[in-house]
Amino acid sequence: MTEPRPEQPRIGVDEWVASAEERRQRSFAGRLEEAIDRAPAAAKLVVFALPFALFPFFTDSEYVTQVGIDTLIYVLLALGLNVAVGWVGLLDLGFVAFFGLGAYLYAALASEYAGRHWEAQFAVPVIAVAVAATGFLVGLPSRRLVGDYLAIVTLFFLQIWLVVLVNASFTRGPNGIADIYPLKLFGREIVSLEGYYYVTFAAFVLIVSFLYLLDRSRTGRAWRALREDELAAELMTMPVNRLKLMAFAVGAGIAGIAGALYAPQQGAVFPANFDIVLLITVYAMVVLGGAGSIVGVTVGAVLINASLEALRDPDDASWLFYLAIVLALILLMRPRWLPVAVLAATAVFGLAVHELAEQVRPSLVAGTTFGTARVDELVDSWVLLPEGAIGQDGLPAGALARLAYVGLVAAMLGLTLIRSRLWRAVALVPVLYLGACVWENVLVAQPAVARFVLIGAMLVALMAVRPQGLLGKQRVEIV
Amino acid sequence: MDWDKLVQLLVNGVTLGSVYALVALGFSMVYGILKLLNLAHGDVLMVGAFVGWGVLGWLGGAQDPTVAVWLVILLMILAAMVGGGFLGVAIERFAYRPLRRAPRIAPLISALGVSFFLQNSVLLLFGANFRSYDSFDLVDVGVGVEWGPLHVWVMRIVVIVSALAMMGGLWLLVTRSKLGKAMRATAFDREAAAMMGIDVDRVIVKTFFIGSALAGAAGVLVGLVFFQINHFMGFNYGLKGFTAAVVGGIGSIPGAMVGGLFIGLAEAFSVGYIEDLTRGRLGSAFSDLVAFLILVIFMLVRPQGIFGKPEVKKV
Repeated sequence: MTEPRPEQPRIGVDEWVASAEERRQRSFAGRLEEAIDRAPAAAKLVVFALPFALFPFFTDSEYVTQVGIDTLIYVLLALGLNVAVGWVGLLDLGFVAFFGLGAYLYAALASEYAGRHWEAQFAVPVIAVAVAATGFLVGLPSRRLVGDYLAIVTLFFLQIWLVVLVNASFTRGPNGIADIYPLKLFGREIVSLEGYYYVTFAAFVLIVSFLYLLDRSRTGRAWRALREDELAAELMTMPVNRLKLMAFAVGAGIAGIAGALYAPQQGAVFPANFDIVLLITVYAMVVLGGAGSIVGVTVGAVLINASLEALRDPDDASWLFYLAIVLALILLMRPRWLPVAVLAATAVFGLAVHELAEQVRPSLVAGTTFGTARVDELVDSWVLLPEGAIGQDGLPAGALARLAYVGLVAAMLGLTLIRSRLWRAVALVPVLYLGACVWENVLVAQPAVARFVLIGAMLVALMAVRPQGLLGKQRVEIV
Repeated sequence: MDWDKLVQLLVNGVTLGSVYALVALGFSMVYGILKLLNLAHGDVLMVGAFVGWGVLGWLGGAQDPTVAVWLVILLMILAAMVGGGFLGVAIERFAYRPLRRAPRIAPLISALGVSFFLQNSVLLLFGANFRSYDSFDLVDVGVGVEWGPLHVWVMRIVVIVSALAMMGGLWLLVTRSKLGKAMRATAFDREAAAMMGIDVDRVIVKTFFIGSALAGAAGVLVGLVFFQINHFMGFNYGLKGFTAAVVGGIGSIPGAMVGGLFIGLAEAFSVGYIEDLTRGRLGSAFSDLVAFLILVIFMLVRPQGIFGKPEVKKV
């Protein structure tokens, strides 16, 4: 990976940039994109929303339906965050506070604690407007220096929001508000999970349509212009600050709606539901799918929530871990035989190390795997498993495991510095093996934490390798 | 008026403020040179605190250290500085440098990822429980300076003095040394500095090393006077450090020091008096509200901070 230095002359770059659009139109992906672009909006919406509409028919399990509702809520959050982050390029770090505000406002309008029960058709719009207005006010102080300062102000706002939730008496502190009434829509109460699924789905369809139209409106074009070059946009007489605050408020409003749907479905709201962890998760969804693209962000939210669900159970997590490594290698490495060679070499390398360790220091292989799935039997005779590496509390018991973890991180970073493709593949073999050892000895006992470690690493890696995400459009800088 | 309480809060505020100032310095230096908000800076502090804690354990713990107490403290600070410094360099190399030419938001998201990764890595390796420095075993709380009714624990003095010493050292480095000159030149205009023969990448790496080393040291100082550390502590210190840097004037070294002291004092006094002033309606936990209000007021009234110059955009 060579990076262009600003001081080097960039010969040929301008030419490449100038012809980028032309080349895109000639490629298959480019033509496909154009065909999709020309399709009528209603058809696009139907095709896009159909999988979500049909989802409940494929499952009887309450758990799966619940996951479906959570996914839709996440999709709404990711869509809302995308307005500020993807379309305008503002870093909004207080986003989940607006989600929380929506949820708590619903609790204030419809719960036993508040002694009211507003119907949803009144409550949700009121909440959306109130939260959007709050978002506007929060963005206001940084209007002169929007950008980086907005990040600090919003992050601090999130902190204040959490402090108020935990310490104020009217929010009942960390115990939260538990007796929230269910959604009442035009006189009918919604009680079943399926009912909630379809209400959330309806909100999803409405918001997606709204965002689609907004993206194509004058405002949407102005936002994109603003993201590409603020100064140029300002010179074109665009009201830059007002546009930024508007994007910020729209995103906050959508988060408010998501919160207003989340609270009655859960039946309770707690401060711990709206913390930094949720914030980063939503960021990961937006970035993975492709910031700026409605479809991309939706796909990102579905993918991340599905994998987070799957990573809950240590046995499933093990499967996923090995599967993901094999898949990633096969998809990313060229030529085709290279990943096969690397995997075979890793297997042999592991067996050799295991054998050596058994001869020299049997204590290094005396342990057993944490999981009980079939894959663990195979793994048991392959990776190094010192006895009692995982302590009673699931934490690594010895300094060795911690060192191995730090070593793995350092080795992976070092790997990216190797320029030669062949040597990188050679170096990958011990790193993969070390990764498997660390997984079995450190990560697998705490899948809840391991998944967040992976999300953090994914954000950094994505930004460096593929900032446009899975479905976003590659940014072409016009000089 | 309760003068004892006032003076005690003053001492608390200066202690807290000197830590915030150290954080603000690193943050401000990086911002000055790269125009980049290093959101992972608070987590470098957290890692520094854990490095110091590890060194303390390695030297026999706070109860019966194997070497002299002053040496223990010195070694803890030095190890945290080295650890924090190299961590900062790694963050720069792998998370920020590939994104130098990317849109402004890309390194910020990358920084979020780094921050989340560091927090959860420490959570993974050490758990969510607070770890304690037990520094009251290292130096008895009774040992200190008596001044009338006022008693200041010697550890507080150590912390304040070492923070001041580090700030002084940094001031000398930036104003007197060749590296400092190169740093100032790079902050002023990176391309022009490169044309004058300054290796900009190296200057940036060194800036990150120094700034992160200060954060690492600040982590140990926090542990020494406030005892408790955990994986999430960096968030609060990062946030207050950012606020201090903004209040003082981002990119300015004296600004970061003054801003840090200002925020520290404001926090200490609001912890002490907020309950009396609001007649018990707001508890001491709401002291963060005061820092937030200060930040908002500064952004509205004087967005360039106390020592900063208003930014003039050149095309």
